[in-house]
Amino acid sequence: MKAAVVQFPGSNCDRDMAVALEKSGADVSVVWHKDAKLPEGVDLVAIPGGFSFGDYLRCGAIAANSPICQAVVDHAVRGGYVLGVCNGFQVLTETGLLPGALLRNAGLKYICRTVGLKVETSNSAFTEGYNAGTEIGVPIAHHDGNYFADDEVIARLKGDDRVAFSYTDNPNGSRADIAGILSENRRVLGMMPHPERAFEDAHGNTDGQRLFAGLIGQLASA
Amino acid sequence: MKARVHVMLKDGVLDPQGAAVKHALGALGFDGVEGVRQGKVIELDLADGATEEQVGAMCEKLLANTVIESYRIEML
Repeated sequence: MKAAVVQFPGSNCDRDMAVALEKSGADVSVVWHKDAKLPEGVDLVAIPGGFSFGDYLRCGAIAANSPICQAVVDHAVRGGYVLGVCNGFQVLTETGLLPGALLRNAGLKYICRTVGLKVETSNSAFTEGYNAGTEIGVPIAHHDGNYFADDEVIARLKGDDRVAFSYTDNPNGSRADIAGILSENRRVLGMMPHPERAFEDAHGNTDGQRLFAGLIGQLASA
Repeated sequence: MKARVHVMLKDGVLDPQGAAVKHALGALGFDGVEGVRQGKVIELDLADGATEEQVGAMCEKLLANTVIESYRIEML
């Protein structure tokens, strides 16, 4: 199972993401934002957290228009899997692969701490390792994680069971407590919390491990 | 020639920065500020002959996120 981690100037969770994927059994390559093509045969593209292009203009906006992101969009349109974490989620909304946008946190503060998440659905390769309704703890580290979409989009996300994770105690003002959402074909996941930072015993919390294990297990057997 | 693009959060989208500025103005004793919305201004230096339509395309593609923001173009 092949995975690619995208690196932008200002990405800072790229290595953690690559390690989590590798330790879960993926064959990982790192691709640069100026690359116009993904490596041959990639099953999963991971867009890591960080501050791509210094968060200039809007978080993720410049990254979303980089050459590699066109390849990521093509990959997703072909039915490929994409995981965007934190800044990666912002990039995915800016490309239009996921609906909505991430606004400044309602309390205006950058928040860096472990938060409670409820797994809202186990119906996706990303979340099948959890039982729906399970509560887990995963760190967040963001200034702009306040998920916004209009009422119609929120209703559609809920109605189609596309909310992957919600906050048990909303830290940032996100509508409907949304922490992570799936695309219509359930193969693109964007989430603000960092599962790759809750992966190893040394992190003090391994609640994110099942996301990678389930995802890579499912893609390896596909 | 120049163009000036004003980007604002749409009505109905919470603007926590504007709310904080409003609060700070009140704390400084400026009464009667009933609302503050904070946006951004982007000035473009353009080659002669550039059109408002081209600037509109730039707004749609990059300068504004129309999910949450509206924009207004001034050709100068």
